[in-house]
Amino acid sequence: MNTISWRRLPRILLQYSVLLALALVCVFPFWWTLVVAISSEGNIFEFPPTFWPQAVSLDNFIEVFRVIPILAFYKNSLWITFSTVLWKLLLCSLAAYPLSRTRFTGSKLVFGLILATMILPSEVNFLVNFITMTKIGLVNTYTGVILPNLVTAVSILLLKQAFDEVPQDLIDAARVDGAAEWIIFWKIVLPLITPWLATVGILSAVEAWNEYIWPSIVISKPEDFPLSAGVLYLRGTYGSSTRVIAAGTILTVAPILAAFLFTQRFFMRGMDGAVK
Amino acid sequence: MSAVPDMLTSMVRKHGLLAYLFLAPALVLLATFSFWPVVFGSYLSFTDFSLVRPVHWVGLDNFRYIFGNDMFMTGLKNSLLFLLIVPFIQLGAITLAVLVNNQLPGIRFFRAAYYVPVVTTVAVVGIMWGFMFHEQGSLNYVLLKLHAISDPVGWLSDDAIALFAIMFVSLWRGLGWYMVMYLAALQSIPAEMQEAAILDGANLWQRFWKITVPMLYPTIMVCTIMSVLAALKAYQEVDVLTQGGPMNSTFTALYYAYDQGLKHLKLPRGLAASFVVSVFCIGIAVLCLRYIKPKHR
Repeated sequence: MNTISWRRLPRILLQYSVLLALALVCVFPFWWTLVVAISSEGNIFEFPPTFWPQAVSLDNFIEVFRVIPILAFYKNSLWITFSTVLWKLLLCSLAAYPLSRTRFTGSKLVFGLILATMILPSEVNFLVNFITMTKIGLVNTYTGVILPNLVTAVSILLLKQAFDEVPQDLIDAARVDGAAEWIIFWKIVLPLITPWLATVGILSAVEAWNEYIWPSIVISKPEDFPLSAGVLYLRGTYGSSTRVIAAGTILTVAPILAAFLFTQRFFMRGMDGAVK
Repeated sequence: MSAVPDMLTSMVRKHGLLAYLFLAPALVLLATFSFWPVVFGSYLSFTDFSLVRPVHWVGLDNFRYIFGNDMFMTGLKNSLLFLLIVPFIQLGAITLAVLVNNQLPGIRFFRAAYYVPVVTTVAVVGIMWGFMFHEQGSLNYVLLKLHAISDPVGWLSDDAIALFAIMFVSLWRGLGWYMVMYLAALQSIPAEMQEAAILDGANLWQRFWKITVPMLYPTIMVCTIMSVLAALKAYQEVDVLTQGGPMNSTFTALYYAYDQGLKHLKLPRGLAASFVVSVFCIGIAVLCLRYIKPKHR
C-alpha cells in the first residue's frame, strides 16, 4: 500500500465505485436471468424481485432439453460456426494477400469496392439474397446459411494489415529460390500471420454463432436452427414459462461467454488493428 | 517496394493476373451477396415483383406508397431519432476507455465486463432486456427504491417511451465495442507527451482536451461515422424487443423494410424502404469523407 499515497486514495475509491457501477449495469441482466433460471421459487415479476437464487434446481434446464431439440441446436451452431470460420479465413486471406503485396491493374478499384460494402446497408441484403438462394437451390441448406457471410470487408482489412507486416525480404528470397506464388503464400506467409488468423477467426466465430435472422430465413425446419434462432423459437412456442426461457437463454450464452473469457486478448488485438 | 529494381516490376506485371486469381473467390461472393442485392434490390423497388407473377415496372409507385404510409414515416422519424445515441455512445465509450486505461489492480476484469454485452447475440439481449423492462421487473424495482421514479414505468408498453428503451439497449450493446477502439487509440499515445505536459503544469482537464482529444481525433471520426451508420440501420433490437409495437411506435425504417419484405411478403415495398435508407447512408458517408479528409492529413 505504500505506493498509494493517502492524498490519492479518495480518487482511487471514486474510480473503483464508478467502474463497479458501470460493470453492474453491463452484467446485471445476465445475473438476473441466471437467478430466474436456477431458482424454482421466488418472485420474478413481483415486487420485490428475487436477486439471489432460491431453492436452486436444474429442473428448468431439464425442461429446456425436453421442449426444444437444444442438442441439435448446439450441433447446428457448431457446424455453421466451424465452417464459416474455416472458409472465411481461407477466402479472405487469399483476397487480402495480393491487396497487401502487389499493385496490379485495378487494385485501387477493387479495394475501394470492398470498402464500399461497409457503407451500404448490408443488413437487409437478405431480402434479395433469399431470392438468389431460391434460384440456386440452397434454401434449407447450411451452405446457404454460411455463403453470404464468408467474405467481409473487416476481415479482409485486418488480414491485409497482417500481411503488410510480413518482411518483403522473406518473399523475395523465396522468389529467387524459384518458389511459386501459391507455395510462398501457403508455406511462408500464411504461417507468419497465425496470430492474426486466430484473431479474425475468433471475431468471426462470435459473429457466426450469434447470427439469428438470416439462418431463420434460410432454414425452415426449427430442428435445423442454430442456437440463437432456436432460443427465440423457445420464447415463441413456450412463452408462458419465464423460468424455462431464462434457462434456455443461459444455455445459449454460456458457451460464447466462456469462449470470450478464455480468448479475451484476441478481441482487444482485433480492435487494435482496426484503429490503425 | 519503390526501391526494388525492375526485375520485380516485371514480376508484378506477371502477377496482375495472379492477383485476380487469388481474389476471385472473394470477389465472386461479394458480387453475388453484397453488390447484387443492392443493384437488383434497387431495380425491384421500382417494380411489382412477387415470386409468382411476371415483373412489371411501376415507376415510383412503391415510393409514393411508403411515403404516404404512417408506419414507414414513423420508422423514418425513429431512425433519425436513433441518431441521438451517437453522442452518448461516443462520449460514454471515451469515458470508459479513459477509465479502464488506468493500471489499477483488477482492471482486466472491468474491461471484460464492459465487453460482455458485445459478444452476446441480439436474440439473448432481447430476451434478457424483455425481463428487465417488465412493468414488475427488476429495473422498475431498483428505480423505485432509488426514488428515481414514483410509479412503475411501462418501458416497452408505453408508446412514448418504448423507442427510448430500445435505444438504451442499443447503447448498452455498443458501448464496449467502441470502448475497445478508443482504448487501442489511447494506448498508442506516447506516455512522454503526458509526462511532458505534467512537468509543464497542465492539469488533468487540460491534458484531456489538449493531448488526449487531438490524438484521438481520427478514431473519434471513424467511430462516429460507424455509429451514425449503425444508428440509421438499427432494426434487430426492435425485432427482438417490441416487433414494432406498441401501436407501431417503435418501427424504424429498416424494421419496416424487414417487416414488409419478409413478414408481409411485400418485397418491393420493403426494398423501396431499404433504398431510402441506403440513400441516407451513402449521403452521410460521402459528406463525412469529404469533410474529414483535409483535417486528417
